[in-house]
Amino acid sequence: MSKDKTLGETLQERGISRRSFLKFCATTASMMALPPTMIPVIAATLEKLRRPSVIWLSFQECTGCTESLTRSHSATIEELIFDTISLDYHHTLQAAAGTAAEHAREEAMKENHGSYILVVDGSIPGENNGYSTIAGISNKDMLLDVAAGAAAIVAIGSCAAFGGIPKADPNPTGAVSVSDLVKDKPIVNVPGCPPIPAVITGVLVQFLTFGLPELDQLGRPAAFYGKSIHDRCYRRPFYDKGLFADSFDDEGAKKGWCLFKLGCKGPTTYNACAVTKWNDGTSFPIEAGHPCLGCSEPDFWDAGSFYKALSIPTGDIGKTAVYAGTAGLVAGAALGASLRARKQSAVKNHERVTIDDLDQES
Amino acid sequence: MTANGMPAPAFAASAPCAPPTGNLVPLLHEIRHALTRWLEQGEEHVIDLRSIPLAPGEEDSLLEQLGAGEVNARLSILGPSDIIETRYPGAWLITHYNENESITGRFIEVCEVPGILKSQADDIRAGLERLEDQLSYAETTA
Repeated sequence: MSKDKTLGETLQERGISRRSFLKFCATTASMMALPPTMIPVIAATLEKLRRPSVIWLSFQECTGCTESLTRSHSATIEELIFDTISLDYHHTLQAAAGTAAEHAREEAMKENHGSYILVVDGSIPGENNGYSTIAGISNKDMLLDVAAGAAAIVAIGSCAAFGGIPKADPNPTGAVSVSDLVKDKPIVNVPGCPPIPAVITGVLVQFLTFGLPELDQLGRPAAFYGKSIHDRCYRRPFYDKGLFADSFDDEGAKKGWCLFKLGCKGPTTYNACAVTKWNDGTSFPIEAGHPCLGCSEPDFWDAGSFYKALSIPTGDIGKTAVYAGTAGLVAGAALGASLRARKQSAVKNHERVTIDDLDQES
Repeated sequence: MTANGMPAPAFAASAPCAPPTGNLVPLLHEIRHALTRWLEQGEEHVIDLRSIPLAPGEEDSLLEQLGAGEVNARLSILGPSDIIETRYPGAWLITHYNENESITGRFIEVCEVPGILKSQADDIRAGLERLEDQLSYAETTA
């Protein structure tokens, strides 16, 4: 697709029917968690869209975010790459390597200066640049160089957004997030380890359609990160009734009761897993019987054991939960604030996982 | 039966551990309100089922409650799409699939005919051009 033609013109040339385009817009609206009334607006905007250049930089990361993106079922990567954006540089996906790859990046930066979108996954070593380099260029230098000409930056994954696992104590590389280094560009954080594929593509399409989305206090798009896992969890009715699994094989676990006591971080974690789910909408960790790890929150790796019930209040949890459910949002918010405070305390004290934690004696 | 005369939702036996979210009956009421509004004001309504938390088995239960009515159409547009009028005329279930037949979106539309089922002006225009080309080709080769 030529960059000069609009998406509508290109689809028409390819013989893609208007019905097909409307279907794409309907599933895109659903993916972006937008109300169906926005479908005509998305159609009208996307139709006129000219493909923007996207440069994707990978730093200290495990490629899990790209793996996640390439398994997006709602809007496939092929659709996203060939129809909506011009992905001009991505280490893992591009055919070119070495000097040719770096040349492609430099050309894209030159041709689209001031208008390209920079996508980053992975954290950036802060103390010693030698920990991670690409073509002999340190991650920090490359980020600052590419960011200078970008219209906006999308930090994909918890590593780019918050430092992630490379930043976990004792943070040997001095890892920092994109927003720690870049202060003069709009940055959209899309955390998760990895982020949900539909959320990655949804944020990109939302950005292209409506511009910078509404962000929360951590720079995350409110459409996907506006509500906690707990708020939208199908096990929530059990929480409200004070019914909890105490171990992974007790009666409560078998009956699908709330995993709060098993260390579930759902109440303090903001993400779309409970609704969008994973593997083509099949399931999500809590549905599979495992507590939420809180991977889309800052420093989740250092927030105490995944299984130790650091979030359990010292009082009678059943009563607290019932009171919260009865008194409504105010009490729920108060409980959430209490849990956040405990989480922050755990981060500060850096509680380590022990074999006893895994034995789950709460 | 509930106090409103609506059959009580039955949850799928395949998910015995799944607690109900309690969203199923309100969803049916939303459809009821939408049908009333359409009759009174002609206002159309769309519900995105992906945006509502449903426990395993609850969506199947909802589909069972809505049933199938007189119309069942399959579109071939970037993968199949099923357009089914439920047993409640005016309430349509639309399921979009990708080319691997995985569900990419599921909506309930309350309207006379879902917009995606209608022929689209752009497609009619393109089809007309093809027909005219075909006729002029036939004339030149006759």
